[in-house]
Amino acid sequence: MLGRLLLTEAELDTMTHQMGDILAYMDLLGELDTEHVEPMAHALDVANVFRDDKARPSLDREDALANAPHRDAECYLVPAVLGEV
Amino acid sequence: MALIDLRATELVGRLQAGDVASVELTRAFLDRINQCDNKVKAFLRVDPSAALARAEEIDQRRKAGKPIGRLQGLPVAIKDLLCTKGEPTTCASRILENFRPPYDATVIARLKAADAVLIGKTNMDEFAMGGSTENSGFFPTHNPWDLARIPGGSSGGSAASVAAQMAPLAVGSDTGGSIRCPAGLCGISGMKPTYGRVSRYGLVAFASSLDQIGPLGRTAEDLALLLEVLAGHDPLDSTSIDVPVPPYTQTIGKPLENLRIGLVREHFGEGLDPEVEKAVREAVRVYESLGATIKEVSLPHGKYAVATYYIIAPCEASSNLARYDGVHYGHRTNEKEMVAELEAQRRGLIKSGDRAGADKLENALIRMYRRSRSEGFGPEVKRRIMLGTYALSAGYYDAYYKKALKVRRLIRRDFDRAFEEVDLIAGPVTPTPAFKLGEKVDDPLAMYLFDLYTVSLNLAGLPGISIPGGFSSSGLPIGLQLQAPPFEEDRLLRGANMFQQATDWHTRKPKL
Repeated sequence: MLGRLLLTEAELDTMTHQMGDILAYMDLLGELDTEHVEPMAHALDVANVFRDDKARPSLDREDALANAPHRDAECYLVPAVLGEV
Repeated sequence: MALIDLRATELVGRLQAGDVASVELTRAFLDRINQCDNKVKAFLRVDPSAALARAEEIDQRRKAGKPIGRLQGLPVAIKDLLCTKGEPTTCASRILENFRPPYDATVIARLKAADAVLIGKTNMDEFAMGGSTENSGFFPTHNPWDLARIPGGSSGGSAASVAAQMAPLAVGSDTGGSIRCPAGLCGISGMKPTYGRVSRYGLVAFASSLDQIGPLGRTAEDLALLLEVLAGHDPLDSTSIDVPVPPYTQTIGKPLENLRIGLVREHFGEGLDPEVEKAVREAVRVYESLGATIKEVSLPHGKYAVATYYIIAPCEASSNLARYDGVHYGHRTNEKEMVAELEAQRRGLIKSGDRAGADKLENALIRMYRRSRSEGFGPEVKRRIMLGTYALSAGYYDAYYKKALKVRRLIRRDFDRAFEEVDLIAGPVTPTPAFKLGEKVDDPLAMYLFDLYTVSLNLAGLPGISIPGGFSSSGLPIGLQLQAPPFEEDRLLRGANMFQQATDWHTRKPKL
């Protein structure tokens, strides 16, 4: 499933129709000849913006972990990925 | 005249002069929220005691003769996708229901430094994906002019809060029209600044190359005041541009001389409501009477803008929203249930002799991601994640994403050419006035096409404004959109102010 989602049968049914309509509409772009057009990923023509490579204070560990749904004193915790579940 | 009837600029003047205290003013807006928001439902959260404490603190400083920031204790409503340190910031999504950011967005820090009183967080389409605020994961917002209708979106709560006089100013964000559309449908003013004008640091990302934060208020003068506070370079956002911010409030009263206004030939085709067209044409006549020259211009690739936008925005969204994984923050599925479900599926497959199928089942971590995301995201967000993932996948990348980026350049070129001939482009904001709640919920493509007149500006990165331009025969507001070349917010505000000096649409208020 695209984008790590899980859909119910009913959702799948509705979405299939809707996505079909949307993608069919996108075909409109096919009528344009864009062979010699440079893609435009961004509205601004800015070069890379760099900052000095100096260490600065960053988010405190406790602050970074404060919103974690499952954690211990130092780490985020995730379900076991090795061996049998 | 009651305090809530005064404009933001007038209120700031009164606060500064000591004619009114911030506590008194904040209480007046809180009372209005109490009185109206059970009908409009513009706010996701209001914390009266925190707002009053903040107002009190500003009043104390004023009494002590200490310096006070630009906004002088004026209440401002905030779209709930701007991170406020320690306070819930949900993006109107169940997945962020309990999220409390560890830092303030730059615009929040700037508002606090300017002594705004943050009066509440406003409702929106989930992750700013939508044009009606019906995609909120919590509840829809209602249009103050007709409670059976949508306020527009995605900054629907911000626009409705100002229209219903529950806040004098509000902050929103505009990725494909999300400030201009609700401003137009709610009969107020709203601006999408040039991409890079306002820092996006701490704005929860939807489509990073299109998102831009901007002000909503009653008049162009109100917007000038708030934009002065919001705009400016920020080293924390590498796409924020290091150019000076003009003193908008000082120049806004100066009419634009020898103004050339462009009307886009392609705007007046099929699908445009006759009453909206009439309002736009009459607005243009107002400009003519003020000495402007009207010229027809063409944006030939405008008809491709919706298709282009609905490829690029979902592509960026699918990438940005990959961070919601139930690990770092946000909703996480019930792990016991998840493991039991996975185990039952595995056993079932083995029992039926499908050993290979059992081996192919994802591990518990991946299942945790999938369940957490599916429980936390609403249908429109899921639709866009799938669209974006599809358009970026091997085999479709060139046909969709890369193609859309090329058309994006053609759309920008159209604007550049048009602005060689005119100073501002005037046109509709939305094809029709506000539609009824529920009218388009089952037809996402129809909902997308409602963005026809707003998305091309985001693709091009240009500034635009929506101001009240008239009313339909049934009493619904109609917006007038003005568009300008990059970094010409000053021109937009002055142009909008000229119109508001000559008309009174912006003074009308809904009966609630």
